[in-house]
Amino acid sequence: MSDTTVKLTDAQIRRRMLAEFWFYFSRNRGAVIGLCVFVTLVLMAIFADLIVPHDPTLQYRGMEKLPPVWEAGGNPDFWLGTDAVGRDMLSRLIKGSQYSMFIGVVVVSIALLGGVVIGLVAGFFGGWVDVLIMRVMDVILAFPSLLLALVLVAILGPGLTNAMIAIAIVYQPHFARLTRAAVMSELKRDYVSAARVSGAGNIRLMFRTILPNCLGPLIVQATLSFSSAVLDAAALGFLGMGARPPAAEWGTMLAEAREFILSHWWIVTFPGLAILISVLAINLMGDGLRDALDPKLKRS
Amino acid sequence: MFRFILSRLLYLVPTFFGITLVTFTFPRLLKGDPVLLMAGERGVSPERHAELTAQLGLDKNIVVQYFDFIGRLFQGDFGNSLVTKKPVLSEFLTLFPATVELGLVAILIAILVGVPIGVLAAIKRGSWFDQVSMSAALVGFSMPIFWWGLLLIIFFSGTLGWTPVSGRISLMYFFPDVTGFMLIDSLISGQKGAFLSTVHHLILPSVVLATIPLAVIARQTRSAMLEVLGEDYVRTARAKGMPARRVIGVHALRNAMIPVVTTIGLQIGVLLAGAILTETIFSWPGIGKWMIESISRRDYPSVQSGLLLMAGIVMLVNLLVDLTYGLINPRIRK
Amino acid sequence: MKLLSRSLIAASALALSAAAPAMAKTFIYCSEASPEGFDPAPYTAGTTFDAGAHPMFNRLAEFKKGTTEVEPGLAESWDVSEDGTEYTFRLRKGVKFHSNDKYTPTRDFNADDVIFSFDRQGNAENPWHQYIPGITYEYYTSMAMPDLVKSVEKVDDYTVKITLNQPEAPFLANIAMPFMSIVSKEYADALDAAGTREEFNNAPIGTGPFKFVAYQKDAVIRYTKNADYWGTPAIIDDLVFAITPDAAVRLQKLKAGECHLMPYPAPADIAGIKADSNLKLDEQAGLNVGYLAYNTTLAPFDNPKVRKALNMAINKEAIVATVFEGQAEPAKNPIPPTMWSYNESIVDDPYDPEASKKLLEEAGVSGLSMEIWAMPVQRPYMPNARRTAEMMQEDLSKVGVKAEIVSYEWGEYLDKSMEPGRTGAVILGWTGDNGDPDNFLSVLLSCAGAAPGGANRAFWCNEDFSALLQKAKVSSDPAERTKLYEEAQVIFKDQAPWFTIAHSTQYVPMSNKVSGFVMSPLGDFTFETVDIAE
Repeated sequence: MSDTTVKLTDAQIRRRMLAEFWFYFSRNRGAVIGLCVFVTLVLMAIFADLIVPHDPTLQYRGMEKLPPVWEAGGNPDFWLGTDAVGRDMLSRLIKGSQYSMFIGVVVVSIALLGGVVIGLVAGFFGGWVDVLIMRVMDVILAFPSLLLALVLVAILGPGLTNAMIAIAIVYQPHFARLTRAAVMSELKRDYVSAARVSGAGNIRLMFRTILPNCLGPLIVQATLSFSSAVLDAAALGFLGMGARPPAAEWGTMLAEAREFILSHWWIVTFPGLAILISVLAINLMGDGLRDALDPKLKRS
Repeated sequence: MFRFILSRLLYLVPTFFGITLVTFTFPRLLKGDPVLLMAGERGVSPERHAELTAQLGLDKNIVVQYFDFIGRLFQGDFGNSLVTKKPVLSEFLTLFPATVELGLVAILIAILVGVPIGVLAAIKRGSWFDQVSMSAALVGFSMPIFWWGLLLIIFFSGTLGWTPVSGRISLMYFFPDVTGFMLIDSLISGQKGAFLSTVHHLILPSVVLATIPLAVIARQTRSAMLEVLGEDYVRTARAKGMPARRVIGVHALRNAMIPVVTTIGLQIGVLLAGAILTETIFSWPGIGKWMIESISRRDYPSVQSGLLLMAGIVMLVNLLVDLTYGLINPRIRK
Repeated sequence: MKLLSRSLIAASALALSAAAPAMAKTFIYCSEASPEGFDPAPYTAGTTFDAGAHPMFNRLAEFKKGTTEVEPGLAESWDVSEDGTEYTFRLRKGVKFHSNDKYTPTRDFNADDVIFSFDRQGNAENPWHQYIPGITYEYYTSMAMPDLVKSVEKVDDYTVKITLNQPEAPFLANIAMPFMSIVSKEYADALDAAGTREEFNNAPIGTGPFKFVAYQKDAVIRYTKNADYWGTPAIIDDLVFAITPDAAVRLQKLKAGECHLMPYPAPADIAGIKADSNLKLDEQAGLNVGYLAYNTTLAPFDNPKVRKALNMAINKEAIVATVFEGQAEPAKNPIPPTMWSYNESIVDDPYDPEASKKLLEEAGVSGLSMEIWAMPVQRPYMPNARRTAEMMQEDLSKVGVKAEIVSYEWGEYLDKSMEPGRTGAVILGWTGDNGDPDNFLSVLLSCAGAAPGGANRAFWCNEDFSALLQKAKVSSDPAERTKLYEEAQVIFKDQAPWFTIAHSTQYVPMSNKVSGFVMSPLGDFTFETVDIAE
């Protein structure tokens, strides 16, 4: 059997894997839409300062609480109207994408990095190290995540950086557990013993040999965490524990807008809509990724 | 079976101590001095400050404070709130039924709506129903519920005037608390319309709280069903000419329910977190809102015991799920 | 309606004694927060007093409704000795305490109750001083009562003599405050015997116009009319507090007819309320002030010229219009215009960036950068400090002053803003306790207040100003006191330790059916005079 297969170089294998991944991913219409929206959001975030029609922090005196342009009393200079102190809603929403993307990236990076290292250590060394680490993870997971994040933010002091750290701490046990489980099952495989026999060191074994083989579930978990992070950061902002005003973070905007819920609907509606759309896009993408990366689902 | 339960319980002991350590330490790391918060703009003289700190027991060695805390825990004493000066446990217990009621109704909605949708979507895979319901589920799953709650209030309470804005029952009705569950108490009271009023007040908050669990359950049920429907024994049953309804009802659904039960159990934590937001929006007198207030007032004993009790509840529910899982699926027990 | 009256009767045996009225009037108040407890002495929040001290208790002296004047309450009259240190109170006879299903008083209110009410707060040896573990009497302490009151003696059952350590003009206003509510000694003894002391706080017994019925935590408080009230009994039969923390939700409930009256509407909603034909809106200048306090001990802010210059750079009118949405009066004095001795003749520093620049040049200050501290919470005197700070920042940049906005968590903010070396100018404010100018000026601007534990956040210590206050404090002649306080305000304006921002207006929206509600300049909500039309 083995002599019939053509020897492929690493690059070729990688290319083939990517092609296969894209084949399954692109079959999922939702995932492609999600990807498009997500790319748009990322571009918007990167070029936010260039494309905003107004300075998002500039207060136009006398222009407070203008309705969107299609409503009576709207001003064509402010497409989506203005907020309580006369700042352009559209510009603030665009600027807000920067915050949300930033939050997602930072939270996922910290949680992923921390979780993977912890999980690798626990899974690889086993014994009391494993028991201790996993008990600590159990403790973290025993608290409702938003509540724990709230308390952590209250300790660290309200603010965007601290909110991100708090959310990352709350998320990292998921990555740790996932990695640990993957490591434990991979350790029994032949290729690991083979690598061991050929004299690979622990660190090399962990990162070069085992880690690449449990990437799939980690990527899926990372996407999920990205969307949850955007959502939780907004919730913290809404409860007054996230980004500080005048930051144009969507949740914070929503919190500031709460008093206008019955009088000026657009100040309340748009930031929430922005959160929903970005979270939805990422989740759509996540679904596509899961289907494309999970071999079991591929068959069905 | 007994050994299985016992081993699970023993497994929880270190976690529990970890939790007490966390719940004890965290509130003490909070910035902001409760004595100063009580004094407000007025300020407090250094002597008086020292006096009050001592009175609150905050001047003792931190280790001594921890063992005090553990010791009193085992006597069922969770300390007194710094704000109301009342025992934290009694405050928690007065508010807890409101949260439980809201949570139970929400999870009930989520199951009763989510499971059938999931099953139907799986059976009619690829149909318009499948596509619409699963898209809706994904939207629900992505929903910032604090915003969703506000939107529903604007529309149903503001524009249409159909639902009350907040509270658990119309103030027209007044009866003593028997169980703390308004649905039960209103029935016991025998007052005409009281039960309906309670239901009326529960609708919006429970729908908001149910949104995410419903989406998760619907998605999970669908994929579990799909998996089971593809299994050999279902195919065999089908091939044997068993009516489709029986195949789905008897074989597929029962087996598909195993992962769904786990999912439902995992939603408890989600519900408690959601309760924080939902209760804040709807002025629902439950523990979620109480925790937020306690944190912002730096009410150490309330924060610490509230965290402990909530973590304890999550832990217990997880244990129950574990045990149920063991019951449904004997393979796990060994 | 019928249903309600029946259930109330079933719930409270008290109502059985009175013939059930055909049309029981129930008044619903959407209150903004839960009371911390019902005992008026250990707590400091206005909400707690609205739920406890005001409906259910009385004081020896009371504030006349709608004013800050003191009138007789449970004391029918009083004499003050020549030197102003001895007060003799003659108590009202035939005043009945409430009863509930576990307790019925056997005697009327008398001197023992007065002595108990003072002693339990001031005397640490009193067995009721710590009837709940961890309890403290913050108001009693912070109004300096322990240093002030030398003794409280019973002359006979209906006469009490209070001796002070030094003459103090605001004393009568102090004892009219909620924390000095008279509680029942007999009830305390009965609870002692039953071993249920905490009921003193949970099931309160007072002499006030309403009796306690039930409290569902964070949801509803119910009261019923006290038919045996010594004063004019309440018009409504039942009083209900529906606890609704969110302002938008409160308004929604008011509009839906789920309550009759609400406190603290969101500024954004005022216009809508005015336009609603089913609602009416009472308004009154609040007994408060919002300010920006410079650190007057730190260069260059120790120079009055610099402070004046900065004051002239900030557009006060714009802040009032935007942040307060016009619902405030621009402030020129440290005390509000509703308070006696408010100095009308003072002229505010004009908004004039050019003059400001010139003044800064004269003072030899250029390229100044400073911090503005914005508190993180909303207070009655300041709807949004952050927004205010942002506007100040922009105004200051126009005169070449670079301002950075700083904020801390609330408790930390209060603490750090009182640290002597503080670098920034701090936004804060004050709401009056008892309507006496001393309660603003001494607390916020005297030399004594600048010490640790005080509340003088400008750290401003002007000998002349403080001397005037001291003279006014020991004088019992209102005309003389007025003159002294007016003079003090002149010094204040000249030295400019603060940028005075605004006195925010208090609004009370209510249903058109409500009549007889009297707004209190002290911000209290009381309901014995209200009526509702069917």
